[in-house]
Amino acid sequence: MELAELLDIAEEWQKAQKPIRICCCTSTACQPTVSLAIKQALEEAVAAEDLEDQVQVCGVGCLGLCGKGPLVKIEPDEIVYEQVSPDQAPSIVAALKGETSAASKLEPEHPFFTRQMKVVLEHSGNIDPERIEDYIRVGGYQALYHALHEMTTDEVVDAMVSSGLRGRGGAGYPTGLKWATVAKSRGERKFVVCNGDEGDPGAFMDRSILESDPHRVLEGMAIAAYTVGADQGFLYIRGEYPLAIKRLQKAIQQGKRMGLLGTQIFETSFNFRVDIRIGAGAFVCGEETALMASIEGGRGTPRPRPPYPAESGLWGYPTLVNNVETFANVASIIRNGPKWFADIGTEGSKGTKVFALTGQIANTGLIEVPMGTPLREIVEDIGGGAPGYGSVKAVQTGGPSGGCIPADLFDTSLDYESLFRIGSIMGSGGMVVMDETTSMIDVADFYVEFCMDESCGKCVPCRVGTQQMHQLLTKIRSGEATRDDLDRLEELCDVVRHTSFCGLGQSAPNPVLSTLRYFRNEYEALLSDHDVV
Amino acid sequence: MDRLTLATIWLGGCSGCHMSFLDMDEWLIALAERVEVVYSPFADVKTYPDNVHVALIEGAIANDDHLKLIQQARRCTDLLIAFGDCAVTGNVTALRNPLSSVQDILQYVYVEASDIENTPPDEAGIVPPLLDRVVPVHAVVPVDVYLPGCPPPADRIRAVLERLLVGEALQLAGRELIKFG
Amino acid sequence: MTVKTLTIDDKLVSAREQDTILDVARESGIPIPTLCHLDGVKDVGACRLCLVEIASGSPDRPNRLQPACVTKVVEGMVVYTATERLKKYRRMIVELLFSERNHICSVCVANGHCELQDIAITVGMDHVRYEYVSPLCEVDITHGLFGVDQNRCILCTRCVRVCDEIEGAHTWDVAGRGIGARVITDLHQSWGEARSCTSCGKCVLACPTGAIFRQGATVAEMDRDRSRLSVLMTAREKREWIG
Repeated sequence: MELAELLDIAEEWQKAQKPIRICCCTSTACQPTVSLAIKQALEEAVAAEDLEDQVQVCGVGCLGLCGKGPLVKIEPDEIVYEQVSPDQAPSIVAALKGETSAASKLEPEHPFFTRQMKVVLEHSGNIDPERIEDYIRVGGYQALYHALHEMTTDEVVDAMVSSGLRGRGGAGYPTGLKWATVAKSRGERKFVVCNGDEGDPGAFMDRSILESDPHRVLEGMAIAAYTVGADQGFLYIRGEYPLAIKRLQKAIQQGKRMGLLGTQIFETSFNFRVDIRIGAGAFVCGEETALMASIEGGRGTPRPRPPYPAESGLWGYPTLVNNVETFANVASIIRNGPKWFADIGTEGSKGTKVFALTGQIANTGLIEVPMGTPLREIVEDIGGGAPGYGSVKAVQTGGPSGGCIPADLFDTSLDYESLFRIGSIMGSGGMVVMDETTSMIDVADFYVEFCMDESCGKCVPCRVGTQQMHQLLTKIRSGEATRDDLDRLEELCDVVRHTSFCGLGQSAPNPVLSTLRYFRNEYEALLSDHDVV
Repeated sequence: MDRLTLATIWLGGCSGCHMSFLDMDEWLIALAERVEVVYSPFADVKTYPDNVHVALIEGAIANDDHLKLIQQARRCTDLLIAFGDCAVTGNVTALRNPLSSVQDILQYVYVEASDIENTPPDEAGIVPPLLDRVVPVHAVVPVDVYLPGCPPPADRIRAVLERLLVGEALQLAGRELIKFG
Repeated sequence: MTVKTLTIDDKLVSAREQDTILDVARESGIPIPTLCHLDGVKDVGACRLCLVEIASGSPDRPNRLQPACVTKVVEGMVVYTATERLKKYRRMIVELLFSERNHICSVCVANGHCELQDIAITVGMDHVRYEYVSPLCEVDITHGLFGVDQNRCILCTRCVRVCDEIEGAHTWDVAGRGIGARVITDLHQSWGEARSCTSCGKCVLACPTGAIFRQGATVAEMDRDRSRLSVLMTAREKREWIG
């Protein structure tokens, strides 16, 4: 494959597009069985109206507003129909000719759409994730070509460093620095690993990216592999994501067929093979050393760091481990330049962040906003506030490792440092909204129980400490606990946080600590020796 | 000098701790000059008195009677000493906890594993009902001193009582004083 | 060989560059409690008892807690092994271990020869503040010579490591997760049916508690010489028979 060929494919495919495109979301949230029926009904309706030379019906990835799915989008008008059923297909097609459609329409000016800024999700909902040509049509794999032919590996590292991109898996480690370390590490061979073991309750950013734009992640991995000197990549995806796995398998095959993956990519000496490894449902495998143990075929438990994977990872070789969303940013940074990326966001947190907005909020779904966006804008404008007449009480970010942010802190800017300061974390992007009927102790206990179930059992504080925390929280919830029990819970949080082996245990107390910080009165009101004033 | 009032209580345990107490042999005579035993399996006292200085609690909390007695003891005693492993940890008495419900265990012990025809005891007012779970004393009332051992050796009991009599702090440490088992 | 100089508990000590903090502390007579560590096999850093504080060098940043068994010495490092904070954490970790399964010293074969019991004394644990979990645990005595009582297992994985690294049989492994994790033989068969087991008894030597024992041993009779394992490793790796 040469650049000219790539551009030819893009042009050809662009020409093949018809003036009007009806895009049907075929991602997991829109229930593929229903949306495929909708797609078929729309195709039949287009045929019945004899519009086939003007109108094309295509399956696309996630359109974002998952809570109102199945969604259908009309291009170029950007009209989105919500909660579509197959029998509405004729009326949607009729509306193309100016008639009023029976299907409920979301205006393009809806704040859910206008307040977002899409980088990672730029093609999500626009292209057919099962066709590599559609990705090429929108500029796909040009960044890889550019990196291979026009940039040295040092230049790519520099670009990543100056872009300011930080790991999107949760910890926010500077991506460029990590790439530089792996590039410098000596090893007979090296590996690139994409961490797609997304496990936070309520989080589905990575699933959606993988389902909607799989080639974007592969391209990012290939650029990373070229940069650090790896020839083998592994995509570790949780087994609960069958559609993502299927689409990636297809994407890898297509990439190989076109010479965009495999050997001598773009007629260079760069070889890159990608294999999928499917997780077996252990949350701890999102921790990079446990993930690598799992890829190697061992029991998914963490091992001591240092040595870090960058020095000694898979089978002892230097290994670059990045999250799905991190890789999904790479092609855009190479294509548009690091400065373009660094201009988005805040001083310490560059670019955009994808969030999965769920819970008691009007507009649930997948959103992407610049770093630094105030939480209030997401909750009230994009999310539309609590459904019905309720008011939002708190937002949980960062999943089981994160914390609850009370409504009076909604003006906090969403960036790594600000969230950490108020006792939560950016995390991978799960955002669970809770209204005033929610008990914060129930929330804390939910996450603690989650960590207890997901603890691998290797170290004592996480294995037993989370169990004891859950027992104490259960006691508090039942109204039988005393002030002593609450003290003991706080003491346990301290020991689990500071002595656990890996991030799972170290962050497991966060939901308790943050709810104690902002909603202590709820705990105290339940104590049996609570002084009634 | 007024003698210290001492109680010893026998809850869910085998009485081994009390036997070990008696193993202090001739020092018991010295002790008797310093303390007055106001409630104990060794003394014929029916009700737990008010204003006890020190109580040694043998055994875990396994039934309703234990629960009532320990709560009364806590109300009426200055210093409660969990005396022996059953009081401190639940120990052998608590071995039933992992097995199953009280009903199932009674059924097994009194009926299935019994070679004579039998029924689980349920004489109201005579046989105290078992608690769902056997728990150590400190799970029910605050405990001031923990004196482990199964049983605590006589020397260990004596060492603790000697410290008590001279008013020393009772933070126990070291193999001689806090080894379980 | 490069020599590194560091400070442990205000004492200046020197170490070989490949040494861990635990190695050099032990050589210098500074006690650090351990449970999962076993001389002669790889360290896993799982029990968290050997956590030490490493000075951050700045008043703004808190000291780091690192397991001494897997943390290599660094020139100029300042280490504290017994701060009030560490003592508190260690005691809590031991309490958590006692609360996890049914550790009844009075009826245990290892009573008096048990590292868990010894550590409880070292950290000053006179009672357990947490509610006992009291799980129903299996006792497997299907092996002709040995038995395993899950009630007393603390998941230190010494048995797994000696079996894999010294004997080379890898009969033992861990199954399940969290509080439900258990050491297992072969593919979770009973020990008697575990065909990979060579009955060498290294796991019996390695076990810190009464979890793995010789059949026939009764209360407090299960004594063992754990140093045999490091003698074997020294013999194999350095070809020296010492001990």
